[in-house]
Order: sequence, then structure tokens, then C-alpha cells
Amino acid sequence: MLERALNGSKNYWIWIAALMSVIGVAVVCYLYQLWFGLGMTGMSRDVSWGFYIAQFTFLVGVAASAVMLVLPYYLHHYKAFGKITVLGEFVAIAAVTMCLLFIIADMGQPQRLLNVIFYATPHSMLFWDMIVLNGYLFLNVIVGWNALSAESKGVPPPKWIKPFIYISVPWAVSIHTVTAFLYCGLPGRGFWLTAVLAPRFLASAFAAGPALLILLCLLLRKLTKFDAGTEAIQTLSKIVTYGIIINVFFFFCEVFVACYSQIPEHLDHLQYLFFGLHGKGALVPFMWLSMILMFTGIVMLLIPKIRTNESTLAVACVAIFIGTWIDKGLGMISGGFVPSPLHHVNEYIPTLPEIMITLGIYSVGMLVLTVLYKIAISVKEEAAGIS
Amino acid sequence: MMENSRRRFIKIAGITAAGFGLKPVTDVLASGGAPKKASPIGDTSAGNKALTAKRWAMIIDVKKMAHEETIHQCVEACHKLHNIPKLDNKRHEIKWIWEEEFKHAFPGQHHEHMSEEIQHAPFLVLCNHCENPPCVRACPTKATFQREDGIVLMDFHRCIGCRFCMAACPYGSRSFNFRDPRPFIEEVQEKFPTRMKGVVEKCNFCAERLAEGKQPACVEASNGALIFGDLNDENSDVRKVLKSNYVIRRKPGLGTGPQVYYMV
Repeated sequence: MLERALNGSKNYWIWIAALMSVIGVAVVCYLYQLWFGLGMTGMSRDVSWGFYIAQFTFLVGVAASAVMLVLPYYLHHYKAFGKITVLGEFVAIAAVTMCLLFIIADMGQPQRLLNVIFYATPHSMLFWDMIVLNGYLFLNVIVGWNALSAESKGVPPPKWIKPFIYISVPWAVSIHTVTAFLYCGLPGRGFWLTAVLAPRFLASAFAAGPALLILLCLLLRKLTKFDAGTEAIQTLSKIVTYGIIINVFFFFCEVFVACYSQIPEHLDHLQYLFFGLHGKGALVPFMWLSMILMFTGIVMLLIPKIRTNESTLAVACVAIFIGTWIDKGLGMISGGFVPSPLHHVNEYIPTLPEIMITLGIYSVGMLVLTVLYKIAISVKEEAAGIS
Repeated sequence: MMENSRRRFIKIAGITAAGFGLKPVTDVLASGGAPKKASPIGDTSAGNKALTAKRWAMIIDVKKMAHEETIHQCVEACHKLHNIPKLDNKRHEIKWIWEEEFKHAFPGQHHEHMSEEIQHAPFLVLCNHCENPPCVRACPTKATFQREDGIVLMDFHRCIGCRFCMAACPYGSRSFNFRDPRPFIEEVQEKFPTRMKGVVEKCNFCAERLAEGKQPACVEASNGALIFGDLNDENSDVRKVLKSNYVIRRKPGLGTGPQVYYMV
């Protein structure tokens, strides 16, 4: 199957080369980080997690969203998703790969990575995160790859992958739940100390992930002969609509609790994010932009005319993807650290090499996705040619 | 009966053998003369001069601490002894013990009409060596762990630098080596290990000094403003002070059980 990735058009190779060059620059930046230490990032004693961990959090959501295809297709036999379920699983593979890379990029002593296994510590949430993320990667590789290779041979997928498919459904929920548990179980971090964090993570994941998938399907239709089908895209758009509305609803639950209770430990973080605190407010414009984008997305998706028109649907999906990315990939982590437990306001602003490494890891993800999609689309085109 | 006596014999024989076997080891530890490899956490193994306790605790007498001089001496004594680098970039700062204003040491407890004296008094803050430490719970490799006597320690050679413990600590007591600290140590002390980049560190209640029978460095330098002792020993200084004075702790509502008490 892999050979299909080696046989592409000129544009395909230009795209691969472009990704590789970004990765090359990022590798140089990472070597610099290894040599100098994490001090070359914008992180500090007060904001001890930054861009890397935020991207990790966002991408866990993108990975988990594959369940929004797997569940209707395999559990409810929803045929319209038959053509694209494997595309969702491949997005999950690329996203989890990026998650693992972001964790490694964030480590002070990456060569000691295996200590997490040698000195396994079940009372640490990071231990469980390692298990669920690697497990989820394994499940999606097994299921996605076998389903696709069966399709290329024109036979139904082997029966033995059924249990893996069923396990992958709750497993998808678990990866984002455990990721939320990293944050929401910490005393003294009022912004994260909320039981609604895991549900909210899942809701925003089920908005951002399927929105990305819609955009990918529309892109594939332009670039290849593969058509996901109007019904599949429309169903996805309804999933995005529910996801984003529930996400905003959960967010308002948080805002209510913080604002009505007036407990400073909870309120201060929201104030920092949306209005600035003690004269510092680097994230204020981003947070409002995120709100505007998410609301615009909701309004657009709720109007059937706009939702069913694929060009306007694409605009709504872009708005929602960027809106949720700012919410989780920018605000969620910094917001938890500012103000600090001693109520100092020290802001976090990522540095250029830090952003380059981040872009490099995103490029690795896109490279994995490109190769996997190339294989999948080739298989599907061949299968369509036969029938 | 037979079974029982045989079992007893084995038990006694075993204990005796273990005793003989251990004797030379304890001798070496007690004499302190034999060359030993430097431990990654500082030499914290207890010799017979060692100060021991069921639960170590510290009391800070804020009134006595009000002299800038005293505070400075405490911080300097600690930072010099433990090879703490002096880094200019505030983001990379390493500190084990430092001073804060009341509103930062006890956020949420200050009010407008508080006496000037307390508002601007320097409060020493350090690791609280919590009874129920969230950092130990969060660490994925047990690089940070709690000893029987309550002291929370770091193994600098096991730490992977994930900084989960820093997110977990509600007192901001932990520092991360954002870069190689060694070029920034003014005078390297051979008795305590220096650290490498990419690991977390914090106050260790001078576990390496307790093992030698000495009080923590900050306590020694404090002119009696810091009191250190066993919370489980009714006759200890800390218990006597706690019995007759009102003390406060940082963020007691979080259930961490901080073992540093402030006498205001």
C-alpha cells in the first residue's frame, strides 16, 4: 500500500518539499533548544507551560473527534460515512503523532523519556495520558490501515478488527478526558479547577475536529477525484453545530460560576484573558476574536441556507476551527498560569524559535496526513475504477 | 509446636545474620570517613549524629524577621550552600527561599486597612513540605517524593523536566533550570550537587545538613526568627511555640497541609 505515496503529481512533491523544509528549520531550532535549554522559549518560572502544551491539548481534541465518524458508521451503520471514516482515523493518527512530539518538545530532559515507564507512577495523570495517547494511536493505525487494505483488495475488513473498533469509541473519549484531568485536578489553579473542563474539552473537540474534516473533504474534492458526498459533509456540519453550541454553553457555565460567585481565584483568570489584569493583557484581542469567530460560526451554521451551501459552510468551519484553536491553543494554558498562585502577573509570549518548532511539528502532522491521505485516495480511486 | 519453634529459630537466625551483615554498613555511614560517591540529591543518609523526626516543621516569627538584614542572611545562606545560580533574566530565576509581601504570600487574606507594618513586612516563603503534597501526586517518575519524616525531596537525576510539579504546586515554590545553571554559580560548594539544565528544584529543608546533625542553613542564619523541629514531639520547640501562639499557614483550605507556620 505504501508505494502509492511515492507516486504523485508535481504539486504533490512540491507540497512535500515545502513541508520538509519547514521541518528542517524546526529541527535546527530544536537542536538549539536542546543545547540551550527551554530558556529559549517564552516560558518562565510563573508560566511554566506554554505553546507546546497548549498545542498538545488542542490536538488531542482533534484526534478524539475521529469518534464522531467511527461511532455513527460502525455502531449505527450510517452508510454515508463509509467513504470518509478512514479519513477521520488518519486525521487522528496525524494529530496524536503531533501530540507526542509536542510533549517531547516540552521536556527539559527528553533523553529521560523512558523514566515514565521505568518508574511508572499510576497516581500521576501524565502516566495515564501516555497510556491513552499511545493506545489511541495504536488503535487507529490498526483499524484504519486494515480497513483500507481490505478496501484495496475489494474484500470486507477482517472480523478480528471489530473489538478494536468498539474499544476505540470510549478510548477516544478517554484521551481528552485524561488530558483535561492533567489540569483540573490541580489545587490552587482556579481557572482549571472545574468539573466541566473535560466535557468542555470534548465539546470543543467535536466542533474543531469535524470542522477540519469538512475542510479536508472540500479540499480533496478540488484536488482529486475523490468526493466525500454531500450527505456526509452535511451530517458532519450538523455535528459541528452541536459541538460548538455545547462548547459555548459550557464556557458560559464557567463564566457564570466565576462571575456570580465572585471568588477572585476563579474570576481573576477570566479577567486577565478578556480585560487584562494589572495593565497586562496580551491575550485580550485574541480572546474576543475567538468569541466573535465562535458566535459567527454558530449563527452561520444555524441558518440552513448557509449551512447547505458548501462555500459558506467552509467559511463557517474556518471560523470555528480558528475560534476553538485560540480558546484552547492560546488562552487555556496561559490563562491558567496568569495570575500566578502568588498573584503576580507575569505574561507569556512565545519566542520565534519556539513558534518555529511548533510550526515544524504541525508540518510533521501535515506530512503524515498527506502521505496517509495520498494512499487512501489512491485506494479509493482504484476501487471506484474497478466498480 | 515443632513448626512454631523452627519458624522462630529461622526468624532469630535471620535477624542476627542481617544484623552482622548491616553492621559494617552502619559503621561506615556513622564514621563518615569512607569516601562515598556524591548522591544526586545531596547526602541525606542518616548517620548517628543525624537529627531525626517523625514530622519536620518550621515556624517563622515574622516580627523577628522584620529586619532586612536577617531575611537577607537566611536567603543568602541557603542559596550559597545549595549552589543556586544568579540569573539576570527574571523568567529563568531559581529560588528556594525568598521574600514576598503579605498580599502575595497570603493572597486573598489582605485588606485595605491592614496595618502598614504587616502590609510591608517581608514574609519568607519556601517549600511548605506539605503533609499531602500535590507535586508528589503529579510527578510521573517519582523524581519528587516524600520522606517518612515529611520532607519532600527531588531526585535531580530522575526528573524528566515535564514541570507538572510546578503546575501542581499552589505556592510557586518550584524553579526550573531553563538553562545550564553552572556558569552562574558564584562559588561552587562541593558538598552539594550542582544541577543540569532541564530539571526542577526546590527547598529540601536542608536534608543533607539534618543528616549531619545540623539545623537547616536558613534557621541557623535567622537569629532565632526561624524555629525548626519535630511536630510529633510534644517537647520540641515548635510544639511549645504552637501551643502558646496564634499561627497562620499559606492556603490551608487546599488540603495540602503545609508544614511552614507563620507567627504574625
